[in-house]
Amino acid sequence: MQLARVIGDVVATIKDPNFDSIKLLLVQPIAADGKDVGRPLVAVDSVGAGVGETVFFVRGKEASFPWHPIEVPADAGIVGIVDQPQIHTD
Amino acid sequence: MILARVVGTVVATIKRPQFEGAKLLLVQPETPQGEAKGPTLLAIDSVGAGVSERVIVVLEGRAAGEALGKKLSPVDAAIVGIVDQLECVE
Repeated sequence: MQLARVIGDVVATIKDPNFDSIKLLLVQPIAADGKDVGRPLVAVDSVGAGVGETVFFVRGKEASFPWHPIEVPADAGIVGIVDQPQIHTD
Repeated sequence: MILARVVGTVVATIKRPQFEGAKLLLVQPETPQGEAKGPTLLAIDSVGAGVSERVIVVLEGRAAGEALGKKLSPVDAAIVGIVDQLECVE
Protein backbone atom coordinates (compact mmCIF):
# COMPACT_ATOMS: atom_id res chain seq x y z
CA MET A 1 0.00 0.00 0.00
CA GLN A 2 1.02 3.62 -0.34
CA LEU A 3 0.03 6.88 1.30
CA ALA A 4 -1.69 9.45 -0.90
CA ARG A 5 -3.64 12.69 -0.83
CA VAL A 6 -7.03 12.77 -2.50
CA ILE A 7 -6.78 15.64 -4.98
CA GLY A 8 -9.91 15.25 -7.07
CA ASP A 9 -13.09 13.49 -8.13
CA VAL A 10 -13.36 11.73 -11.46
CA VAL A 11 -16.69 11.53 -13.28
CA ALA A 12 -17.10 9.20 -16.24
CA THR A 13 -20.43 8.51 -17.87
CA ILE A 14 -19.15 5.97 -20.34
CA LYS A 15 -17.20 3.29 -18.53
CA ASP A 16 -16.98 -0.43 -17.89
CA PRO A 17 -20.36 -1.48 -16.41
CA ASN A 18 -18.61 -3.06 -13.43
CA PHE A 19 -17.67 0.48 -12.34
CA ASP A 20 -21.35 1.41 -11.90
CA SER A 21 -21.96 3.23 -8.59
CA ILE A 22 -18.29 3.06 -7.67
CA LYS A 23 -16.62 6.34 -6.77
CA LEU A 24 -13.45 7.21 -8.68
CA LEU A 25 -10.98 9.57 -7.04
CA LEU A 26 -7.76 11.17 -8.21
CA VAL A 27 -4.95 10.52 -5.72
CA GLN A 28 -1.42 11.87 -5.49
CA PRO A 29 0.98 9.36 -3.86
CA ILE A 30 3.06 10.92 -1.07
CA ALA A 31 6.17 9.96 0.87
CA ALA A 32 6.37 9.58 4.65
CA ASP A 33 7.20 13.29 4.94
CA GLY A 34 4.11 14.27 2.97
CA LYS A 35 5.91 15.26 -0.21
CA ASP A 36 4.45 14.21 -3.56
CA VAL A 37 6.07 11.22 -5.23
CA GLY A 38 5.29 10.10 -8.75
CA ARG A 39 2.28 11.09 -10.78
CA PRO A 40 -1.38 11.19 -9.75
CA LEU A 41 -3.58 8.21 -10.51
CA VAL A 42 -7.23 7.25 -10.53
CA ALA A 43 -8.35 4.92 -7.73
CA VAL A 44 -11.65 3.29 -6.81
CA ASP A 45 -12.91 4.21 -3.34
CA SER A 46 -14.42 1.67 -0.92
CA VAL A 47 -14.18 3.65 2.34
CA GLY A 48 -15.90 6.97 1.56
CA ALA A 49 -12.81 9.14 1.21
CA GLY A 50 -12.99 12.74 0.01
CA VAL A 51 -10.85 15.48 -1.45
CA GLY A 52 -8.17 16.73 0.95
CA GLU A 53 -7.95 13.54 3.00
CA THR A 54 -4.83 11.45 3.46
CA VAL A 55 -5.55 7.86 2.54
CA PHE A 56 -3.78 4.64 1.75
CA PHE A 57 -4.40 2.65 -1.38
CA VAL A 58 -3.64 -0.82 -2.62
CA ARG A 59 -2.29 -1.62 -6.06
CA GLY A 60 -3.17 -4.53 -8.28
CA LYS A 61 -6.04 -6.96 -8.55
CA GLU A 62 -6.62 -6.66 -4.79
CA ALA A 63 -8.10 -3.20 -5.41
CA SER A 64 -11.26 -4.95 -6.63
CA PHE A 65 -11.70 -7.24 -3.58
CA PRO A 66 -14.07 -4.93 -1.67
CA TRP A 67 -16.65 -5.54 -4.42
CA HIS A 68 -16.15 -9.28 -4.67
CA PRO A 69 -17.64 -11.17 -6.54
CA ILE A 70 -18.02 -8.25 -8.97
CA GLU A 71 -14.90 -8.13 -11.12
CA VAL A 72 -14.11 -4.44 -11.03
CA PRO A 73 -11.42 -3.68 -13.64
CA ALA A 74 -9.33 -1.50 -11.31
CA ASP A 75 -5.65 -1.58 -10.41
CA ALA A 76 -5.68 0.93 -7.55
CA GLY A 77 -8.15 1.22 -4.69
CA ILE A 78 -8.41 3.35 -1.55
CA VAL A 79 -8.78 1.00 1.44
CA GLY A 80 -8.29 3.29 4.45
CA ILE A 81 -8.33 6.89 5.65
CA VAL A 82 -5.32 7.93 7.73
CA ASP A 83 -6.04 9.57 11.10
CA GLN A 84 -2.47 10.53 11.76
CA PRO A 85 0.69 9.20 10.18
CA GLN A 86 3.31 8.81 12.88
CA ILE A 87 6.70 9.17 11.34
CA HIS A 88 9.85 8.25 13.16
CA THR A 89 12.74 10.55 12.33
CA ASP A 90 16.30 9.83 13.33
CA MET B 1 10.69 -9.75 -1.55
CA ILE B 2 12.58 -6.58 -0.75
CA LEU B 3 14.62 -5.19 2.11
CA ALA B 4 13.22 -2.17 3.93
CA ARG B 5 13.50 -0.16 7.12
CA VAL B 6 10.46 0.50 9.31
CA VAL B 7 10.11 4.29 9.56
CA GLY B 8 6.71 4.83 11.13
CA THR B 9 3.25 3.63 12.00
CA VAL B 10 -0.11 4.60 10.58
CA VAL B 11 -3.39 4.83 12.45
CA ALA B 12 -6.61 4.65 10.47
CA THR B 13 -10.08 4.45 12.01
CA ILE B 14 -11.92 4.17 8.72
CA LYS B 15 -10.62 1.22 6.72
CA ARG B 16 -11.69 -2.04 5.13
CA PRO B 17 -12.77 -4.59 7.77
CA GLN B 18 -9.92 -6.97 6.86
CA PHE B 19 -7.51 -4.43 8.39
CA GLU B 20 -9.15 -4.66 11.85
CA GLY B 21 -6.55 -5.73 14.38
CA ALA B 22 -3.69 -5.56 11.88
CA LYS B 23 -0.67 -3.36 12.42
CA LEU B 24 0.18 -0.99 9.56
CA LEU B 25 3.79 0.12 9.29
CA LEU B 26 5.46 2.62 6.99
CA VAL B 27 8.54 1.11 5.42
CA GLN B 28 11.31 2.68 3.38
CA PRO B 29 12.77 0.28 0.80
CA GLU B 30 16.55 0.01 1.02
CA THR B 31 19.47 -1.35 -0.94
CA PRO B 32 21.44 -4.18 0.71
CA GLN B 33 23.94 -1.45 1.70
CA GLY B 34 21.23 0.35 3.63
CA GLU B 35 20.57 3.31 1.34
CA ALA B 36 16.97 4.42 0.96
CA LYS B 37 15.57 3.68 -2.48
CA GLY B 38 12.15 4.47 -3.91
CA PRO B 39 8.97 5.74 -2.27
CA THR B 40 7.82 4.87 1.25
CA LEU B 41 5.32 2.02 1.34
CA LEU B 42 2.68 0.90 3.77
CA ALA B 43 2.79 -2.77 4.81
CA ILE B 44 0.81 -5.09 7.05
CA ASP B 45 3.00 -6.43 9.85
CA SER B 46 2.67 -10.15 10.50
CA VAL B 47 5.84 -10.71 12.54
CA GLY B 48 5.80 -8.03 15.23
CA ALA B 49 8.30 -5.61 13.70
CA GLY B 50 8.96 -2.19 15.16
CA VAL B 51 10.23 1.23 14.13
CA SER B 52 13.88 1.33 12.95
CA GLU B 53 14.09 -2.43 12.38
CA ARG B 54 15.25 -3.83 9.06
CA VAL B 55 12.65 -6.13 7.57
CA ILE B 56 11.76 -8.33 4.60
CA VAL B 57 8.66 -7.13 2.74
CA VAL B 58 6.66 -9.15 0.25
CA LEU B 59 5.19 -6.99 -2.53
CA GLU B 60 2.47 -9.13 -4.00
CA GLY B 61 -1.20 -9.29 -3.21
CA ARG B 62 -1.81 -12.97 -2.72
CA ALA B 63 1.26 -13.43 -0.53
CA ALA B 64 0.43 -10.37 1.56
CA GLY B 65 -3.10 -11.65 2.03
CA GLU B 66 -1.71 -14.97 3.25
CA ALA B 67 0.43 -13.11 5.79
CA LEU B 68 -2.66 -11.32 7.06
CA GLY B 69 -4.57 -14.60 7.18
CA LYS B 70 -7.88 -13.22 5.92
CA LYS B 71 -9.54 -14.08 2.65
CA LEU B 72 -10.00 -11.44 -0.05
CA SER B 73 -7.96 -8.85 1.82
CA PRO B 74 -7.24 -5.72 -0.22
CA VAL B 75 -3.54 -5.67 0.65
CA ASP B 76 -0.42 -5.71 -1.54
CA ALA B 77 2.49 -5.53 0.91
CA ALA B 78 3.35 -7.38 4.12
CA ILE B 79 6.33 -7.60 6.44
CA VAL B 80 7.21 -11.27 6.62
CA GLY B 81 10.57 -11.22 8.41
CA ILE B 82 12.94 -9.20 10.58
CA VAL B 83 16.55 -9.19 9.38
CA ASP B 84 19.08 -10.22 12.03
CA GLN B 85 22.09 -10.04 9.82
CA LEU B 86 22.85 -9.58 6.15
CA GLU B 87 26.01 -10.36 4.27
CA CYS B 88 26.37 -8.91 0.81
CA VAL B 89 29.50 -9.60 -1.22
CA GLU B 90 28.87 -7.13 -4.06
